[in-house]
Amino acid sequence: MEVVLSLGIGVFAAAGVWLMLRPRTFQVVLGLALLSYAVNLFIFAMGRLTVGAPPVLGAGAEVVSVDDPVPQALVLTALVIGFALTALFLVVLLAARGITGSDHVDGREPHQAEPHPGNPKP
Amino acid sequence: MPPHLLLATAAILPFLGSALAICLPAGARNAATLLAGIVMLASLTCIGLLYPGADRVPVVWAMDWLPTLGVRFVLRLDGLAWLFAVLILGIGALVVLYARYYMAAADPVPRLFCYFLAFVGAMLGIVLAGNLIQLVMFWELTSIVSFLLIGYWFDNASARDGARMALTITAAGGLCLLVGLVLIGSIVGSSDLSVVLASGDTIRNSPLYLPALVLVLVGALTKSAQFPFHIWLPRAMAAPTPISAYLHSATMVKAGIFLMIRFWPVLAGTESWYWIVGTAGMATMLIGAWSAIFQHDLKGLLAYSTISHLGLITLLLGLDSALAVVAAIFHTVNHAIFKASLFMAAGIIDHETGTRDLRRLSGLWRAMPYTATLAMVAAAAMAGVPLLNGFLSKEMFLSEAADNAGDHLLNLALPVLATLASAFTVLYSLRFIRQTFFGPAPRDLPQAPHEPVRWMRIPIELLVLACIAIGLVPNLTIGPVLAGAARAVLGPRTPDYDLAIWHGFNAPLAMSVLALAGGVGLYVAFGRRINTNPRGGPWLMDRLDGGWLFERAMTGLVQGARGLEGRLGSERLQAQLRAIYLAALAAAVAAGAARGLDLFLPGHVTEFDPAFALMWLVGAACAVGAAERAKYHRLSAAILVGGAGLVSSLTFLWLSAPDLAVTQILVEIVTTVLLLLGLRWLPKRDQAIPAPAAEQARARRRRFIDLCIAAFAGFGLAGLAYAVMTRPAVDGIARWFVEEAYPQAGGRNVVNVLLVDFRAFDTLGEICVLGIVGLTVFALLRRFRPASDSLGRPKQQVSHDAYDDARAGRSLGDTAADALLVPRVVMTWLFPFIVLLALHLFLRGHDLPGGGFAAGIALTVAFMLQYMARGAQWVEARLRIQPITWIGVGLLVAVLAGAGSWLFGRPFLTASFTYWELPLLGKVPVASALVFDLGIMVLVVGASALMLVALAHQSLRRVRSAEAEAERAVETESA
Repeated sequence: MEVVLSLGIGVFAAAGVWLMLRPRTFQVVLGLALLSYAVNLFIFAMGRLTVGAPPVLGAGAEVVSVDDPVPQALVLTALVIGFALTALFLVVLLAARGITGSDHVDGREPHQAEPHPGNPKP
Repeated sequence: MPPHLLLATAAILPFLGSALAICLPAGARNAATLLAGIVMLASLTCIGLLYPGADRVPVVWAMDWLPTLGVRFVLRLDGLAWLFAVLILGIGALVVLYARYYMAAADPVPRLFCYFLAFVGAMLGIVLAGNLIQLVMFWELTSIVSFLLIGYWFDNASARDGARMALTITAAGGLCLLVGLVLIGSIVGSSDLSVVLASGDTIRNSPLYLPALVLVLVGALTKSAQFPFHIWLPRAMAAPTPISAYLHSATMVKAGIFLMIRFWPVLAGTESWYWIVGTAGMATMLIGAWSAIFQHDLKGLLAYSTISHLGLITLLLGLDSALAVVAAIFHTVNHAIFKASLFMAAGIIDHETGTRDLRRLSGLWRAMPYTATLAMVAAAAMAGVPLLNGFLSKEMFLSEAADNAGDHLLNLALPVLATLASAFTVLYSLRFIRQTFFGPAPRDLPQAPHEPVRWMRIPIELLVLACIAIGLVPNLTIGPVLAGAARAVLGPRTPDYDLAIWHGFNAPLAMSVLALAGGVGLYVAFGRRINTNPRGGPWLMDRLDGGWLFERAMTGLVQGARGLEGRLGSERLQAQLRAIYLAALAAAVAAGAARGLDLFLPGHVTEFDPAFALMWLVGAACAVGAAERAKYHRLSAAILVGGAGLVSSLTFLWLSAPDLAVTQILVEIVTTVLLLLGLRWLPKRDQAIPAPAAEQARARRRRFIDLCIAAFAGFGLAGLAYAVMTRPAVDGIARWFVEEAYPQAGGRNVVNVLLVDFRAFDTLGEICVLGIVGLTVFALLRRFRPASDSLGRPKQQVSHDAYDDARAGRSLGDTAADALLVPRVVMTWLFPFIVLLALHLFLRGHDLPGGGFAAGIALTVAFMLQYMARGAQWVEARLRIQPITWIGVGLLVAVLAGAGSWLFGRPFLTASFTYWELPLLGKVPVASALVFDLGIMVLVVGASALMLVALAHQSLRRVRSAEAEAERAVETESA
């Protein structure tokens, strides 16, 4: 299991990193999403892998050996924040695309020497 | 009032006054003056009342400041502090009166007095500081406020430059001082001033003595404008003249002097002190006096003369002699008095004639005899003419110079150079008086000169009176105060001295006479040539302009930084990200290599399950597929990313994290919808567009490098994850949470209990972030301007409409309305069930997988499905969702749920729970955390619905604006 999950995390991370280094904004959004899956799983895995013992106590509330709840709580909020991040970045890229006319991460096509007039150089 | 309260009142009043002054309207010149005057006099009275006694036993007021560091806020008034406080407040009060008449009605005078009072407070803070850290704090405060004061007329470029240079130099010195005083504090083991002053031997014998000394002196010498840091002072003359009169006589520059006097008992008495302080003082005295001679600007002359006198005082402090310290304190007082009056006189001349140029001024004696007399007395005091205060301290200086000759190389030259500097002083004082007040009547001045208003002269009159009184009867006036100050510094080493005017014929008298005669002689010989010297630069030194060098250095620094940025930086995001990844990888490799990271230890392994491996095979394929297709096939890439998310959700479920699985799958749904909504606004990408061959080769190379980086990052993360997972679990805080979840929070779902109870404050922060992101998305989309090529109707809509057009009996939009008819009905009817599911997830959250986050997103999905099924207009005609209100209400509920615990005297967000007996359901636990969870749910609904709806509305907006366009077109046609 550990081998499978760690390889999976590796593949997600590699795909995410690759996409984040691409020139088109949509690629970067997807890369960010994939990389956040990888990181969430990585953090979750820090609590070690347990099968069939969720951190939900039984009816008598007797303490049994369960999976580590701390990474789970960390990841749970990270999931929601990750969604917000994706939304924000998507909107930023749409706004940038609307203003500059290009969906390149730099706001202009690579062969275009001067920035678009709508996107003055800082 | 008890003494320590008087002291605290005196220290705090200026800051209160400063805060009040800025509240006054900009034109309230009289009110601001009155306020500042009252504050100054009240503080002065407080300090004055403390006089008998404070010079013997220091008055102390203390309170806790940084208790964990053992640093207390201490106000400490001894003889020296008393003398300086009176100088600061007394001359300050006169400057307030003077400034009222100097400033024009158009100037925002309340702002001036706001800065001024803050400056007074900071200066008092320095002299009253009973703690090293506190001293540095007020020290830096004076640097900052003096920046504001010098730059008061900020529309004037030279005021801005002067202010900036003063701040750069003095604040940098202040940072050195901080380090120096921290070093001293660590040598002594306490930052309390009384303790430090009693540990002179410890400090001098410490190996850290030299660095501490150098750092403290850099602070003092920058502030006191000592060579080579003196360049800021002449440029600070761009300040309004009352401010110059204040900064360069009694305050600011005297802060450095005060510091050297204050720490004289613990730092002086060594070779290094002697060389640094003595040399700096000597050089400054000579260079300042020499430069002052050649100034054509009245204020410039006074500025360089100030530098020279500060050098004289510094030189005195450098000599290892207790009597020299007394002379230094005495000359500090005298210089403050005569220099303040001279600056004020220069201000009057400038005010009444419109110029400060010594070459244009002439014969003002006729027009303003009264001012002329006052200025002459003050200038005579500066030159050291007998019967005036300047004479007494200069005599003491000359006598010290004569007595200390011999030991060192510097001392051999001491009497000669001291006499020379005194002669220069006489020369420039004489030139000031002669050029301004005598000679032929002035011609073509900007204004016809006349005496100023009565009240403007009063401050000068009082100061000149002090010059004469001290000069005539020193023992009755300054004597006791000086003795108190000297005792505070020197303690038992206080020497016997005599303040008499006449000491008989001796070496100092001879040097004094020589200086007076020499000064007059030099003026007679060279006066004309000095006055016609075209550039006003001093002879021999006109090529050496410190200010110019400073500006050059600063410009070079900025240009160098810019050049470095241009060479090393990039505006391109890809290059930046690549650099970040490479740096992170390098750091990881370095850390691994340094610690000998062994990734593959034999350890704990969970049993292999082929189904799990198969699932991940699909997940990996999804991820790789998404990476490959994201450029040209966005839709399939978005779906593949969704597949990867699904796999990670299943993984959570498999590995005992049902909460995560539920949340992940719900988040996955909304994220996918969001991406699909966004796709519509992206440009078409055509694979067939050929790129130039060179471009293609470059792109291939870049892609290969990126592939290596990605593969390396992936393998690294995989290896790291494997290494951690196979190591035995650490028994951390998890056990406590699991054991206490039910007894302390009444919840069985430990993850949810963690989120809404144990770590609720974190969660509060996170939902705040979520709300802010929602609002940001909304704000960004309100100004959204789509690119022109995505304005047209989508392809599918065009083909639908064409179909409708082509067939008889079908009206436009029928095909679109028929599409997805069955799913649409199903989605509409799903609404109550999903709402019920959300409610279910929410209510069971404390005990079973679910909770506010999952419930909130589920509820969003319910709304979203309606939008997808029926379109925004249909939904909004029936269902009013106001996501912004949801965000506000959610945050409010969460905060109130947390604040509720205050009612029971418990800290914020303390949850409590109890059991209620309910009909049918029996005994159920009820926790206040449930209310907090409700807030989370409402906020999550608000934020995610806001993002989705705002994005969905963009298409509508286009339709609306197209409709408006069409209507307009019809109107113009009919017209």
